[in-house]
Amino acid sequence: MKMRNLLREGIWTQHFKKRFLLMKCISSRTYQNQRCLNLSSYNYLGFAASDEYCTPRVMESLETFSPSTCSTRIDCGTTVIHQELEEMVARFVGKPAAMVYGMGFATNSTTLPALIGKGGLIISDSLNHSSIVAGARGSGAKVQVFQHNTPSHLEQVLREAIAEGQPRTRRPWKKIIVVVEGIYSMEGELCRLSEIVSVTQKYKAYIYLDEAHSIGAIGKTGRGVCEHDGVDPAKIDVMMGTFTKSFGSCGGYIAGSKELITYLKHVSPGHIYATSMSPPAVQQVISALKVILGEDGSDRGARKLAQVRENSNYFRQELRRMGCEVLGDENSPVMPFMLYNPAKIPAFSRECLKRNVAVVTVGFPATPLLLARARVCISASHTKEDLDLGLEVISEVSDMAHLKYFPQMESFSKVKSV
Amino acid sequence: MTMGGMVQNLTESLATMLDAPLADAVVFGFHIDGHFLLETLLVVAIAFLLLQKSYQPQKRPLTEQEVDQLCEEWVPEPLHPPITKEMEYNPPVLESAAGPRTVVNGKSVINLSSTNYLGLIGNSKIKEACNAALEKYGVGSCGPRGFYGTIDVHLDLEAKIAQFLGTPDTILYSYGLATASSAIPAFCKRGDLIIADEGVSWGIQNGLLLSRSTIKYFKHNDISSLEKRLEEVFQEDQRKRKALNRRFIVVEAIYQNSGLMAPLDEIVRLKEKYRFRIFVDESNSIGIFGKNGRGLFEHLNIPVEKIDIIIAAMGNALASVGGFCSGSSKVVDHQRLSGAGYCFSASLPPFLASASIAAVEIIQQDRERQKMLQENVAFLRRNLSEIPGLTLGSDPLSPLVYLYLAKSSGSFAGDNAILQKIVDQMLEKSVLLTLKKRSVLDKCKLPTGIRIAVSASHEKSDLLAVSLSLKEVVQSILSS
Repeated sequence: MKMRNLLREGIWTQHFKKRFLLMKCISSRTYQNQRCLNLSSYNYLGFAASDEYCTPRVMESLETFSPSTCSTRIDCGTTVIHQELEEMVARFVGKPAAMVYGMGFATNSTTLPALIGKGGLIISDSLNHSSIVAGARGSGAKVQVFQHNTPSHLEQVLREAIAEGQPRTRRPWKKIIVVVEGIYSMEGELCRLSEIVSVTQKYKAYIYLDEAHSIGAIGKTGRGVCEHDGVDPAKIDVMMGTFTKSFGSCGGYIAGSKELITYLKHVSPGHIYATSMSPPAVQQVISALKVILGEDGSDRGARKLAQVRENSNYFRQELRRMGCEVLGDENSPVMPFMLYNPAKIPAFSRECLKRNVAVVTVGFPATPLLLARARVCISASHTKEDLDLGLEVISEVSDMAHLKYFPQMESFSKVKSV
Repeated sequence: MTMGGMVQNLTESLATMLDAPLADAVVFGFHIDGHFLLETLLVVAIAFLLLQKSYQPQKRPLTEQEVDQLCEEWVPEPLHPPITKEMEYNPPVLESAAGPRTVVNGKSVINLSSTNYLGLIGNSKIKEACNAALEKYGVGSCGPRGFYGTIDVHLDLEAKIAQFLGTPDTILYSYGLATASSAIPAFCKRGDLIIADEGVSWGIQNGLLLSRSTIKYFKHNDISSLEKRLEEVFQEDQRKRKALNRRFIVVEAIYQNSGLMAPLDEIVRLKEKYRFRIFVDESNSIGIFGKNGRGLFEHLNIPVEKIDIIIAAMGNALASVGGFCSGSSKVVDHQRLSGAGYCFSASLPPFLASASIAAVEIIQQDRERQKMLQENVAFLRRNLSEIPGLTLGSDPLSPLVYLYLAKSSGSFAGDNAILQKIVDQMLEKSVLLTLKKRSVLDKCKLPTGIRIAVSASHEKSDLLAVSLSLKEVVQSILSS
């Protein structure tokens, strides 16, 4: 109660714990504070907050390089740590070379125009992210869509496209790029990568894999969907990913062959015109990668990877037991569960917030009008107590909002007391 | 004639016809009997031929085997063209902060390449603010603004910038390049009209492309060309009476591609006359011009209400990363749901937002930096103008100084090769210059040159040394 009184007077609380974020009312700045369990941020490996290995090194790099280089990569924005990061990313993903950008959205929207232009065809999954759509539109190539995660439909679209050629002129396409994502964050589904790769290889199309959510979170050593599906990274032509989610930083990367990266560095506007990635953010990724790879001398990385998998599977299992309709595949740390009714969107979110749990709810136009959902992002830093608290609150609110669309498998309270 | 009479006539004629001999024709000199039968047969034959369908080859869809064959025969272009020597350019690698002096290959060099106009790189107040933010929030914000990625420092920074510029509200973007690309398509759709300068930077070009509006360009920084375009639009309106649509003029305060300053007061006068709205990109002028450092509009005494939308990247004078868009509350609120780079991208890392807040505070308190920058620009320009073989471009007040070859070698590629040689040799003399590169995707056709970014923290002695070295190097290269 004392805390509540303090908060109502508008005093900031200074301490900050790893898995809690101080929340503020966004719309009208009431200056009220509330401690919440954060089930909403993309913090899969728990690097979001101050970390014992990463933060001191980040502060050192801040001292050496300042928060910004005020320059593009090609002028004087390339520092030794940028080069180090590019080498590390290439090594991590299993490609010969990589390049980094300062923003994940800009990575897609400036690389796709550099790779393909008029006379080319982009075949994109129907549920691809808006950055891919922006990049595809900006490139000038024709765009066709295939049914979400359906390799057979992709094959059909490819066959038709190659047989018919460009519309009106019927000239053969200059090149075809198939764009897919590693994890689709609104569905929690993993890409059927091995099948899609075999289709694209059969028809000589290039494949561009966007691992924004899956890098660092999926796969035994965090190397993403390729590792999970057993696909050789050499078969993927262009691998893209972001550092925002699993590495607790900002920015994105493109990995590919040495020649591809040399060419992209020469052409991509994100490299030539955009301010280079902030050096402390670069250092954060380098340190996070070192932890994940175990090069920091400890096994924290391996433990984090195992923890996020365990946490996600536990949470998903419990949500299913409760009777909630959870979407997505095993091992995916992002799990949406259905609300369906658009009226339940604000109800669910606000009731959870009242009980100090922060969840994200998504409606139209990110999802179809009647397929609204709530989305939970699990982190390696969540302890079992945190997860149980979250489950309890979600169960309570789901009961209120009648979200338990499926029959309960066993009584949830029985499970909790075990 | 009676009914009976008619019927009788008919039967009589029928009987006559039937009684008539079967053929009575002479065909090619041969007498043939039974002409009635022949004519009937002819009529039947003609009718049959007429009723025949004309020959049309059947439309058959491609068989599976044919599709297979086409797929096998199709040869795609390689993913990227062959690598040329030009593509293998390696930029200089810094080993320290990109301040007025930096370390490249273990050597301390004078840095004229980073747009650190007010010398805020390495500032201790900014570093302190960043450290505090790193302790409190870590590095990344782990989510878009709409999904619990809004940190209090974002709101503080938006309020700070709005207060600094004197506008009602501001929206933050996490990257300078994405600001124009998201702000312009949020307001302009298919069917709208945009008149833009032909020398705008790639970020704005991308925004114009994504907006799908009708784009008309006017000659670079030429106010009469802009007026002509506006007049053309006005005349067309009078003639055609088309439906009402949104109209914008897009200009930059200091053009990134040429360093020229836009005559903003004239442009505002024109926009009011012809009822257009205006987007101004103040990336290279914020913090530098105006009594309080508010930007070009303050420098030219234009009330900020007359500029509809101000966009700027914070990667220049503010020594941070990111961008913002400022304007009326409606303008800003609309972008919170329609700005692609705002809704679908993670928010700015909190420590960079803190750095920007500290930078804006420094600009508000310390007016000396602006004066130093102007002095340095004037000093450098005086010295550089004495170098034979190079001409100075850009506005006299612009912190971006472009150097072009006085006598072109005949082609852009040739000029660039010479300028690149100059830049390389200058690096050996411990001066870091840059030849502004253009991507093939860039539509801007202005010539490129050596781009010098002057900073308030450059020492005059360093600037003098640069001019002298440059004179030597240019002389030696052009004489060979």
